[in-house]
Amino acid sequence: MKVHEYQAKQILARYGVAVPRGEVVDQPAAAGAVAERLGGKVVVKAQVHAGGRGKAGGVKLAGSPAEAVEVASRILGMRLISRQTGPEGRLVQKVLVEEAVAIARELYLGVVLDRSAGLPVMMASRFGGMEIEEVAAEHPEAILKEWFDPGEGLYPYQARKLAFGLGLAGETLKQFVRFVAALARAYADTDASLAEINPLLVTGDGAVLALDAKMTFDDNALFRHPDIVEMRDLAEEDPYEVEASKFDLNYIKLDGSIGCMVNGAGLAMATMDIIKHHGGAPANFLDVGGGASQQRVENAFRILLSDPAVKAVLINIFGGIVRCDMIAAGVVAAARNLHVKVPIVVRLQGTNVEEGKRILAESGLALQPADTMAEAAEKVVAAAQAA
Amino acid sequence: MAIWVNEATRVVVQGLTGKEGQFHAARCREYGTKVVAGVTPGKGGSEVDGVPVFDTVAEAREATACDASLIFVPPLAAADAIMEAVDAGVELVVCITEGIPARDMIAVKRRLAGSRSRLIGPNCPGIISPGKAKLGIMPAHIHREGGIGVVSRSGTLTYEAVDQLTKQGLGQSTCVGIGGDPISGTSFVDVLAAFRDDPATKGVVMIGEIGGSAEEDAAALVAAGYSKPVVAFIAGQTAPPGRRMGHAGAIIAGGKGTAAEKMAALRAAGIEVVATPAEIGATMARVLGRT
Repeated sequence: MKVHEYQAKQILARYGVAVPRGEVVDQPAAAGAVAERLGGKVVVKAQVHAGGRGKAGGVKLAGSPAEAVEVASRILGMRLISRQTGPEGRLVQKVLVEEAVAIARELYLGVVLDRSAGLPVMMASRFGGMEIEEVAAEHPEAILKEWFDPGEGLYPYQARKLAFGLGLAGETLKQFVRFVAALARAYADTDASLAEINPLLVTGDGAVLALDAKMTFDDNALFRHPDIVEMRDLAEEDPYEVEASKFDLNYIKLDGSIGCMVNGAGLAMATMDIIKHHGGAPANFLDVGGGASQQRVENAFRILLSDPAVKAVLINIFGGIVRCDMIAAGVVAAARNLHVKVPIVVRLQGTNVEEGKRILAESGLALQPADTMAEAAEKVVAAAQAA
Repeated sequence: MAIWVNEATRVVVQGLTGKEGQFHAARCREYGTKVVAGVTPGKGGSEVDGVPVFDTVAEAREATACDASLIFVPPLAAADAIMEAVDAGVELVVCITEGIPARDMIAVKRRLAGSRSRLIGPNCPGIISPGKAKLGIMPAHIHREGGIGVVSRSGTLTYEAVDQLTKQGLGQSTCVGIGGDPISGTSFVDVLAAFRDDPATKGVVMIGEIGGSAEEDAAALVAAGYSKPVVAFIAGQTAPPGRRMGHAGAIIAGGKGTAAEKMAALRAAGIEVVATPAEIGATMARVLGRT
């Protein structure tokens, strides 16, 4: 789960991570009042779940409260388009108004799960403001790493190693060590999957501050963090995906024309791949799960078909514990209830497949059967192109 | 022969009294697997379909000499269940549960490092040595005894591959689902090494997916010298970056973990990489000179 920058900073501040003073507002006038409280000179930052906000015109400096109002009125309500948002962009509904800070140096600090080590890794680099992937490609030696056990936490000597590696000294070194420890604690305690401070700022008087902050959280651990769940912003998510999540369906909207309904994540990805291989484009990823009941099939179908881009549907089910006859009955009932108009190709394989095929054939519905994944992909691509 | 499970494997099912546990334990027994015990805290002394239930894994091991555990415990308590099995010295622990927090798996992984136990999963269909034993939720009837080792991060996509192999007349030595989570007990490398040393295994099918670098590690193992042919498929060639594709571990993060990178690494290691899942069975048959 993702959160906004201002929410990430609220969470981090609780753990002692130093962040600039600031408040989030949704009205231009309120931005002026915040600027007044912060001493006049502020930065106004669009709050959307996407990077590249600065280049897209979503981050502006304001020299006075009046200018803050003016800048906020331009950013609020804009459609922010960056390379992470897609061409349609994101509507900006909130801005973070923060004190403007004198910058002496920008650094990078971030924590992610290192899958092969099976541990979180704290990464630091002197290239603040640059994306860590870019640094990894161009200056791999500039990324300093310290692994830690979330139960034990990061040791002070590890934080000092990072600080010395970055060439920090004096008061800045002391503050940085505290900052790193606090970030590690925040990451572990909140079951985060990413906590990134980019840039981390060294101010003119040697203090360190999180100028930007990004956090994402392990969906599997959200049950432990009701406070973080409350931060979910549905306006930032695709409406079809929000609807699917209500029924515990794994659905991801894509930009093609072939709707897919598959059981199992790996098979669902493989189905998208084979559609592409045969010259089509999937409209979505949809895993109806191992226990695909008639109810689930019907909900999945409804969400899939509500996307106007869908010109044809491919249902690919490998019946294991779930029997093909049950799935077939579900598909037939759903197709009838929803008055489906687009062509549907159904490929069933596995347990009770013959009975499943018989149910489809005798339904009187215009369902196109297929035996193999290749045949199913060919048929559905042809159907979508003819539509 | 086969790897890790066979007709002698003695299984304790953790969570046997739950709906899932009871259902799948019965299917495993029908297949001939020796399910000798169940564990549900607080239900010790009872029975499920004639199988004795114990309060703790240690008691079950003491009473029944079980050497493998099959776990059907909800995600909240699953890491604890794995820890208990490891602590009791159970040699093989198979965890089916999906949705265990990564932080819990970090702790499990550290505990495993100093233990005698191997963990398969979590978030996996389990392991089957056709004709010998099944510890998992896969449909038994699509499998045949034979010489192909199968290792996969997926569930139903593995069934698809197994079904194709069987229809080609290629049976399986052992099929291992290593699971779709970012942190798991057993890796491709572990399974490939075991298949290499198993005389019954003549060829290996490997099914990977986007996310992480476990496939690249497997490529390095094979590149260093592998005596058996390997056919691989990577799911998620069309997956958008930054999105979690159903499995917690299936995500292209920071431009890393793409299908293209993995396929290139596998090809460079001399592995036969197929472009679509429909070609897995036929390609293995061709590589083995069976067509």
